[in-house]
Amino acid sequence: MTAIVFYFQVHQPYRLRRYTFFDIGRNDRYFDDTENTRIVRRVAEKCYLPMNALLLSLVEAFEGKFRCSFSISGTALDQFEAWSPETLESFQALARTGCVEFLAETSHHSLSALFDPEEFRHQVSSHADRIERLFGKRPRVFRNTELVVSNDVAAQAERLGFEGILGEGADHVLGWRSPHRLYRPEGCERIKLLLRTYRFSDDIAFRFSNRAWDEWPLTAEKFASWVHEVPEQDRFLGLFMDFETFGEHQWADTGIFEFMRHLPEAVLRHPRFRFWTPSELIDAEDPVARLDLPHPVSWADTERDLTAWLGNRMQTAANEALYELGEKVRELEAAGRAEFAHSWRRLTTSDHLYYMCTKWFADGDVHKYFSPYASPHDAFIAFMNVLDDLSRRADQALKASATGAET
Amino acid sequence: MKVLMLGWEFPPHISGGLGTACHGLTGGLAHHGVEVTFVIPRSYGDEDAEHLSVIGCNEIVSSRTGRGRTEKRGDRTSSSELRTETELLAETLEVAEALEAEAAQDEPGAPHVLAVDSPLQPYLTPETYRERLDQLRREGKLAAGPLPLTQEARRSLAELRRVLSELTWGEGPVQAAEWTLKWQERFELSGAYGPDLMAEVARYAVAIGELSMRQDFDVIHAHDWMTAPAAVVASRLTGKPFVFHVHASEYDRSGESVNQEIRDLELLGIRHADRIICVSHYTASLIKRRYGANADRIRVVHNAVTHREQRERFDGAKAIEEPIVLFLGRVTFQKGPDYFLEAAARVLEIEPKVKFVMSGSGDMLPRMVERAAELGIARQVHFTGFLRGKDVERMYAMADLYVMPSVSEPFGISPLEAIALDCPVVLSRQSGVSEVLTNALKVDFWDVDDLANKILALIRYPALTEQLTEEGRTEIQRLRWEASAQLVLGVYRELAS
Repeated sequence: MTAIVFYFQVHQPYRLRRYTFFDIGRNDRYFDDTENTRIVRRVAEKCYLPMNALLLSLVEAFEGKFRCSFSISGTALDQFEAWSPETLESFQALARTGCVEFLAETSHHSLSALFDPEEFRHQVSSHADRIERLFGKRPRVFRNTELVVSNDVAAQAERLGFEGILGEGADHVLGWRSPHRLYRPEGCERIKLLLRTYRFSDDIAFRFSNRAWDEWPLTAEKFASWVHEVPEQDRFLGLFMDFETFGEHQWADTGIFEFMRHLPEAVLRHPRFRFWTPSELIDAEDPVARLDLPHPVSWADTERDLTAWLGNRMQTAANEALYELGEKVRELEAAGRAEFAHSWRRLTTSDHLYYMCTKWFADGDVHKYFSPYASPHDAFIAFMNVLDDLSRRADQALKASATGAET
Repeated sequence: MKVLMLGWEFPPHISGGLGTACHGLTGGLAHHGVEVTFVIPRSYGDEDAEHLSVIGCNEIVSSRTGRGRTEKRGDRTSSSELRTETELLAETLEVAEALEAEAAQDEPGAPHVLAVDSPLQPYLTPETYRERLDQLRREGKLAAGPLPLTQEARRSLAELRRVLSELTWGEGPVQAAEWTLKWQERFELSGAYGPDLMAEVARYAVAIGELSMRQDFDVIHAHDWMTAPAAVVASRLTGKPFVFHVHASEYDRSGESVNQEIRDLELLGIRHADRIICVSHYTASLIKRRYGANADRIRVVHNAVTHREQRERFDGAKAIEEPIVLFLGRVTFQKGPDYFLEAAARVLEIEPKVKFVMSGSGDMLPRMVERAAELGIARQVHFTGFLRGKDVERMYAMADLYVMPSVSEPFGISPLEAIALDCPVVLSRQSGVSEVLTNALKVDFWDVDDLANKILALIRYPALTEQLTEEGRTEIQRLRWEASAQLVLGVYRELAS
């Protein structure tokens, strides 16, 4: 048997307002609620709601033979609760079928695993609690932000009790090995690593509507025929992608919904194939070998590394300044002043660093990435201004509580 | 490919970016084997031009009158030939500078001098033209008193403008013989500088008309409005195609209060040109919108940077601790100096220790000095006046950041110069250079708060300065005149085929 493991990433960041120097010390409204509301409602309408309706109908039509999994960031959940409750309900409806698994991740789509282990534990545990509360089951499988995984990240997840972790099936990590088997990262004892098959995943996520692609148009039948060519000893295919692929990155008029509507039937026509969730896979399969991931690997760009978030001086400076603040805000949080940590955690969302990426400048293709800012430099300035203000406020609060404790 | 190129200035005698751009472009064209003859209104003889021949209109010899000077510049004072009134006048202007320049340009084949001198410069307006004449008088380079124009000469200039106007706005071919006849008559009668700017532009066109019939070239390439009539005349006399290169328009310089005569000359060039080269998409769009230019004939060729093998280092140029924020350019409406000062006032509310430097001169300078006082920031704002050559580079090296808040900037080469000297830039989005430069902070010129915010960010966040200067250096390495010239050559080839 060969399993198809669908995993969809659902995330929305809290985009910042155009926060200028003149706001510092005067204004602690950091986030652009108008824009964030607008975007989450638009994506709900184009992607979340129609796609969840489609998935629900597929699960019902195939009586449990179609299965898939999600992870939803805490910032996205916050926005659904505030501005699009029907989206949250549609995910809960999927959870109730028992055929859709919800994985763990960091609450704030952060890179804290790499820079602040204490914060990482906090974000992962609190988010796992919330997932359990909302969707009825405690997550057993962890997916780190942007699929960033290394020996060390996997070990941290293992210590937090997770049995499985998702990762990128990057060529430079696998070498001659197949991405279609489970592995165990070096230094780990129990956790199982499920890798993404980027070729099949990107056929759907990136190439689907590309008319210059020689396989365009991609039909469910054609895709299923490729899946059926996978040799029998391959245990699974990891199809991991942004959920926004459906209706937002690939618009409805590209036929992406029709593709998904017909895919289960086309895949299941061959009796060797079935759909599984990550937990079902790790219950049934064991790792075939150890895999050494000394450096973090992500699912981004062709480099599959961290350079989209930490590739230039602005990004490293912003990241350093960000995590320098962690201890202070947690101290305040412990003392009952949670508002600082609340804002700070929203700043740990990796999208803020991503907006500062200048990688595409070299190609002269500045318009390639999606960002609320006119330029990466503008993103840096707004972020640093906010951080400056938050840091000042935190210092003042710490000072005030110190003097308060003395008297 | 041989090109007759009509320009207004050439390094080192420049008053703005036009000369720098022409120098870079001709260097790039030379790289592709294009032979360029560059004509400027007045040549000093020490133009930085190993790669092309520079001819001043004051060097144009009339083969027909036989009165042209053939001696080298230094011999001029000893010449016993008969001279026209114009020649005599020109000599009063040029002798001092010529002698000074003599040592530097003593190579064989140095330009011949004919005294059809002209005080024309880029960025002149009818008003500043008069000021320029006044200035020359004050400096003793021009006889005091009213313009040395006889009634006869004045009449002939009026006649000249009429003839020229027929030529440039008329239709159909022009007989070279007829033109020459007219030209000779007028030229010998007319003397001295034109009584006004437009007469001077016409006189320049006459000289180019004459030159065009004696030069061998395939294409005429004219830069900006002052050369438009000359290019049209040359094109109609020789039947050679004409490329009009728009570096700036009257709408950039003057906003809505345009000088109608200048606009007319721009329109003349745009209507008659076989191809229009714009220095940016920004300018191409303006030319289409404001002059109804036909998009099919427009080509965009961005300016580039002259890469020097070794730049002089200005280590230790900065002697003070306070951050220095620099404005460098003509202090005119177009360059937005007022927005610079308004932003300065905003910055100083937050960071009282910043120094603001305004380098350059222009008609808005007195007003700016007053404005700084009104804003209560006079102690933090320094005015250096006009800087040239090394002083410009030293100023960039001293500055912590450079601001170009132009209201309308067709290209704007100075941010590239600043980056080459490790000075990060904040520039107006209403500029052509913002189309090619990604490693710069960009603002809408009217958004003073955003400008102040970005100035403060550069002062406070060193990572931003490092990012912009390090990446910027790499980026400007890719902006090469050879590449721009390649595009220009493509335009020539379109016309030659």
